[in-house]
Amino acid sequence: MPHFKKALAVAALTLTVCSTALLAADDKGGGGPEVTRRLSQEQYRQVISDVFGPTIKVGGRFEPDIRRDGLLAMGAAQVSVTASGLEEYDKIARNVAAQVVSEAHRDTLIPCTPANAKQPDDACATKFLSETGRMLYRRPLTQEELTGRVKVANDAAVGLKDFYSGLGIALATMLESPKFLFREEIAEPDPDHSGQYRMDAYSKASQLSFFLWNAAPDPELLAAAEKGDLNTQSGLAKQVDRMIASPRLEGGVRAFFTDMLGFDEFQTLAKDAMIFPKFNTKVAKDAQEQTLRTITNTLLTEKGDYRDIFTTRKTFLTPVLASVYEVPLVAPAGNWAPYEFPEGDPRAGIVSEVAFVALHSHPGRSSPTLRGKAVREVLLCQKVPTPPANVNFTLVQDTKNPQYKTARARLHAHATDATCAGCHKIMDPIGLGLEAFDSGGSLRSSENGEKIDTSGELDGMKFTDAAGLAKAVHDDPAAPACVVTRAASYGLGRLPTKDETDWIKSLQASFKEGGYRFPALLRQIAISPDFYRVSPPQMGAIDAPSKLASEAPKTKESQK
Amino acid sequence: MIPINRAVNRRRVLRGMLGGAAVTVGLPFLDCFLDTNGTALADGKELPVVFGTWFWGLGLNPGRWEPAKPGKLEAMNVELQPLAAHTSKMNVFSGMKAFLDGKPNGVHFSGVQGMLTGTVPRGMTADKPSVDTLIADVIGTRTRFRSIEVCCAGNPSHSQSRRSGAVVNPGEVSPAALYTRIFGPEFTDPNAADFKPDPAVLVRRSALTAVADDRQSFMKTLGAADKARLDEYFTSLRELEQQLDLQAQKPAPLAACTVPGKVGETPIGTEIEIVKTNHKLFAGLLAHALACGQTQVVNVAFSDATSSLRKAGGTQTHHEYSHEEPVDAQLGYQPTLAWFFGEIMTQLAFYVSSLESIKEGDKTLLDRCAIMTATDLGYAKLHGLENMPMLTFGSANGRLKTGVHVAAQGEPTSRLGLTMQQVMGVPVSSWGTDSMQTSKTITEIVA
Repeated sequence: MPHFKKALAVAALTLTVCSTALLAADDKGGGGPEVTRRLSQEQYRQVISDVFGPTIKVGGRFEPDIRRDGLLAMGAAQVSVTASGLEEYDKIARNVAAQVVSEAHRDTLIPCTPANAKQPDDACATKFLSETGRMLYRRPLTQEELTGRVKVANDAAVGLKDFYSGLGIALATMLESPKFLFREEIAEPDPDHSGQYRMDAYSKASQLSFFLWNAAPDPELLAAAEKGDLNTQSGLAKQVDRMIASPRLEGGVRAFFTDMLGFDEFQTLAKDAMIFPKFNTKVAKDAQEQTLRTITNTLLTEKGDYRDIFTTRKTFLTPVLASVYEVPLVAPAGNWAPYEFPEGDPRAGIVSEVAFVALHSHPGRSSPTLRGKAVREVLLCQKVPTPPANVNFTLVQDTKNPQYKTARARLHAHATDATCAGCHKIMDPIGLGLEAFDSGGSLRSSENGEKIDTSGELDGMKFTDAAGLAKAVHDDPAAPACVVTRAASYGLGRLPTKDETDWIKSLQASFKEGGYRFPALLRQIAISPDFYRVSPPQMGAIDAPSKLASEAPKTKESQK
Repeated sequence: MIPINRAVNRRRVLRGMLGGAAVTVGLPFLDCFLDTNGTALADGKELPVVFGTWFWGLGLNPGRWEPAKPGKLEAMNVELQPLAAHTSKMNVFSGMKAFLDGKPNGVHFSGVQGMLTGTVPRGMTADKPSVDTLIADVIGTRTRFRSIEVCCAGNPSHSQSRRSGAVVNPGEVSPAALYTRIFGPEFTDPNAADFKPDPAVLVRRSALTAVADDRQSFMKTLGAADKARLDEYFTSLRELEQQLDLQAQKPAPLAACTVPGKVGETPIGTEIEIVKTNHKLFAGLLAHALACGQTQVVNVAFSDATSSLRKAGGTQTHHEYSHEEPVDAQLGYQPTLAWFFGEIMTQLAFYVSSLESIKEGDKTLLDRCAIMTATDLGYAKLHGLENMPMLTFGSANGRLKTGVHVAAQGEPTSRLGLTMQQVMGVPVSSWGTDSMQTSKTITEIVA
């Protein structure tokens, strides 16, 4: 059938082209363009928790993030703040600030006491705002910034006849400033490479900290930036090693995989309660946590091979999840317990876990197409073409059609149309391997009374069930190559440029040589000069750095 | 053709200098005719115009919604039957399409972008502002909210209102949250007997100046693209400042303004009964918000473009039915799909009735509205972009004729967006790109 072959050829070509295009972004010579990223909701919460402690609650609706080229981390460099979004940031900021200056917290969070709580106090406001501002802006405030915010605090204290209320107002204006909400990269000439530019030390600190911990730089990292340590390879490596050895690395790894696996879509995932009565918000929450635990256990606790996340039978369950999996579990109610699926069980690795199969399904039924597409796009970084226009879908009949009882039969009928076959051929044979799991993630052996056939194929690697698919993904060289590109893009906030192709290839080679150890990959990226190199700024974009408050002559008040 | 940035004032309009036969903006149509409070025309008789969009996914079934003949709108075709009570206050547009110009069809995306932004992007990333934001920049600058968006199917990203490619105005998904946002503690009742500005509001307004002052130092190191993006932030900041300014002033009384009863939490999701419940609550809140002068631009997304609506207990979504349900040999259409369309049009009728139910003198709130519907496809079964259904409701204070069926022959859907802008006072005579570019006002509906 010539049409059929042509469609296949087009689909194959598209896949190849899209895979290559991952590295074809801006090309301005030396590094990539500077990016300005909006803090994610999780990052905002983390910063507030780090600066003010976990007792300060962050409530409110955040502006939705958008996904670009597979990651929210890259969408963060595309978004702004809408009017309704700023309304919410304003409310959140005022609420956080009110808690910080409240009687319950002021003694621990404000490092000084005003001479008169009913009046402005320049010195105390300066001390609090300079110290807090340094953590929020991820660099010392300029003298102008500090003076401006102290004036806000003083004016508001006069208007409200209360020092703490005034201080809260000033803090709120910092929390809704673009200098807090957006991570800006500042470029400076690279003294070691004439004609090239790199991030300045504070931008480096942020790049590193959000990459490894999904958090703003801690005081030690900021101090290293201030001293210039991050501009030396040994100083940088010292900080990277400290951060990788920290328990906070787990938070960073979880944030990366939450983004890569698209878990944000759980916020709006719908499952029909009549068809899947076991699937509820608790199951959805626990399912995400299960997959993240499987990953962090394999990569961090056991220091294992990245590819093993696709085949490991070790996982963690709660009683409610055990009910979905229909396995016995001894664990206190609501608590997590380790569980290992036995050899021969179709459950192996994250692709067969509830989070993956439920997320990539329709609300009322499974979808080999969506699941196959997700394996290609999410785990192998291959772009599947969008469905063409003017396609007749008549051949796919409803689920009650006695002629096509299973998804395999319905899709086979659909794929007799050559226009459809090309794309379905690269998705369905993968997803059919997961047909033993329904849309809610539970195991099943038949559909409409007919036994389910879970055989399939991934680029020539044939398998008979989900465990076989897991092995095929594990053995596919695209899987580790994909996570390298994703991790670099996640850290950079953009696709690598053509100039960075060699760097990405060297990262992939090192990852392979080192036995696919994920923390080693993160370290390799984080200590690379390429990770901090930026293309020459546009004319006029670089101004002389403003004088930082810490460099300004000290006033009598600020010396107290 | 006049340059877009050339100022339009009362004098220029009166002198008929908008230029070109395409300009059909009539004399009483521009915002510059409003008095300084924006609460009535200079002659004191009319309240300000309102613009809105109402979006649903998957179009309608071809042959089942188009009126039988062009001209006066009389009997409704079957899928528009739920709207029959509004025949005299609505218009129907058939035969318009989105032109791809060789660009790939971003399914469920290209069509709505063409309709609402006048541009079919090359890919799945939009790059132009939607018509409602262009209009809001003209008529929405003196209200507490420049615009309000709601998304009835639970996802704020279903909103079709965008200021630029990546800057989408997110929709409220919870009627309870929308109630608090509009009628919560920061609401100032325009009909309250006494008014005393809250000193805290004045302090907050003053403090925001410091954030505005961050602009210069923050922007100087940014590249051009980031500058444009951050400009959006500062535009939003100005809107926030304006909100506080308005809270510090006594609002003009609005006789039709009443504060609705508090709305409690409701379930959120894509199951159609849940969506309908939330839509009805949203409809009531938006009508009250308009009557109380809180905004002049409202955007409703009843569903997402790839309509995820579903019946409780059903294995398939509205979208899946569109592709997979066989055409009934006897009926000649997909019956379940048609059922969904019936539900959606009934909800649209409810929305219009909510606006109609608020009496403002001898008129209704609907009479000062121009509500434009939008959808993503003409024939969902084929992802078709031909003959995309479009409707308008309300006469925008007499600026629009109603009760008209405009039957076009393969012309761009952007014609309606252009006409809406002109009627709302946006100084534009040509809009859109490539084959979606048009300077052809739909003169049949301009009064």
